Amino acid sequence: MSIVLEGRDIATREAFGQAIVELGELRPEVVVLDADVSKACSTGPFAKRFPDRSFNFGCAEQNMMTVAAGLASEGMIPFACTFAAFASMRACEMVRTFCCYTKLNVKIAASHAGINVGQDGPTHQAIEDINIMRGFPNMTIVAPADAVAAYRAVFAVADYIGPTYLRLDRNKTPVIYGEDYKFELGRADVILDEGCDLAVISAGVMVGRCLRAAETLKNRGIRVTVIDSHTIKPLDARTIVDVARRTGAVLTAEDHSIIGGLGTAVAEELSEEEPVLVKRLGIRDCFTESGPGPDLLDKYGLSVQAVADSAEALVRRKETR
Amino acid sequence: MDSHADQVNIKLLEDRASEMRKLVVKMIANAASGHVGGSLSSADIMSALYFHFLRIDPLNPRWVNRDRFILSKGHCSPVLYAALALRGFFPVEDIWSLRQIGCHLQGHPDMNKTPGVDITTGSLGQGLSAGVGMALAAKLKGQGHRIYVLLGDAEMQEGMTWEAAMSASHFRLDNITAVVDYNKLQTDGFTNTIMRIEPLVDKWRAFGWLVKEIDGHDMPEVIAGISWANSSEGIPRAIIAHTIKGKGASIFENKVEWHGAPPTLEQADCALKEMELCQ
Repeated sequence: MSIVLEGRDIATREAFGQAIVELGELRPEVVVLDADVSKACSTGPFAKRFPDRSFNFGCAEQNMMTVAAGLASEGMIPFACTFAAFASMRACEMVRTFCCYTKLNVKIAASHAGINVGQDGPTHQAIEDINIMRGFPNMTIVAPADAVAAYRAVFAVADYIGPTYLRLDRNKTPVIYGEDYKFELGRADVILDEGCDLAVISAGVMVGRCLRAAETLKNRGIRVTVIDSHTIKPLDARTIVDVARRTGAVLTAEDHSIIGGLGTAVAEELSEEEPVLVKRLGIRDCFTESGPGPDLLDKYGLSVQAVADSAEALVRRKETR
Repeated sequence: MDSHADQVNIKLLEDRASEMRKLVVKMIANAASGHVGGSLSSADIMSALYFHFLRIDPLNPRWVNRDRFILSKGHCSPVLYAALALRGFFPVEDIWSLRQIGCHLQGHPDMNKTPGVDITTGSLGQGLSAGVGMALAAKLKGQGHRIYVLLGDAEMQEGMTWEAAMSASHFRLDNITAVVDYNKLQTDGFTNTIMRIEPLVDKWRAFGWLVKEIDGHDMPEVIAGISWANSSEGIPRAIIAHTIKGKGASIFENKVEWHGAPPTLEQADCALKEMELCQ
């Protein structure tokens, strides 16, 4: 079974919806839990295919999350599906104490992450969820860059035993990976290696934007290495330290607050292991607003142009050091 | 189901409850830390569960067809540890390590440390949800075991309890039995003064459960009540057990200060003497 999406724009949540049905065929212990946003989380097809293994808890995310823990304690593989804002905040303590402290095998499918969710506005824009989840021991956090990665990630996290937070996007994003892409949990992918001027490390929706920024930079004579650090926890420290050593300058970009997300994780690792110049791009400690997701990313400092300009400025700083 | 209670060795269960109470007082006094009041109020219910109802195997704590028990009011771990120790899951001497560094008896129950603990609890209001998950799993797998959840009355103030209650009746979970240890006191004072939970029976009924009230210290009533709850079909059943916080020693009974404070060794000694006399 595979996913054929190349050349299309597709949301990672849709890829999740397809993968979870196929996973359900393979693994009878997979169950899906929803909290009244099953359509938005793309779990409708699973419910149709496996009505007995699909449970909707209504608007009750806390109950859903601890029910998931109860199911996991019995050897099931529950996917608890809701919006990232509610998975990480409304059900925060349930994730921490009942899923992480217990090391139970709960998979959280957190859709509508970041400001890329768009028009629903700040109440529904999870820009601190990675920060929250990173703080919990035993938690694994994955933010796939496109539909191919999301599809493969679903199978990878199902094979892994332990609590996992799968961060998904509502809006369609360009497919950047081909059929041959292999997703390995915990291993960052060097997806473009054009040179040692700078490393750009990102995850989720920003990976595609960083690749486009790399093209712009190439025209400006700046050669970069682009890394998809899809597993934000545990961070692939070896790959990141290696590339930092090679380039001497690291730019991070994420659809998340600059506090506590991928950029923070990278900066923490590098400050101890390989102190190089680091610049973090993300939402700069503010709530944003309603608007189309891609436009919000542009407005709040995460446009392709902003990535390219920040990268260039960082290279100049490195040169004048 | 009253005839069922007639066949039960009530005296034995009462004796076990009495032993558990003494262990509770001893371990908390020794640790100088722990929740004595709610542990004592639930001792009779715990005795009925662990020495009559629960089909469990101390030699095989993870036996797949065992009945599950969830101490939703996880701060009352001492009474659970007393039950597990007396039931043979670990040596009774282990109680002296309660809440100490390196021990398996954590302040609140930890499924990864203590043999016989089916799921970790401690943060209030979540046990019934975990029970719903276990009950759904048992239904999916066609297993016939039951899931017992013991809740505290202050947990009736947690919104999530009612999310869980709603989902249990919605999914027609008749393999789960909820028992509320209604001892009328919580950390800050009388439960119904702090935040009124009455009418409690009506609340559970409104959430789709069948409900029975019992005297949680009258062993035949406890046995009959839980037997009634276990014979549900399609509708979950809850027991509201009226209890006395600190039951078993007059210095603890109905006194709010014994929610989370440990007795001194002298106070414990006094309580233990009274318990011996009453036995």
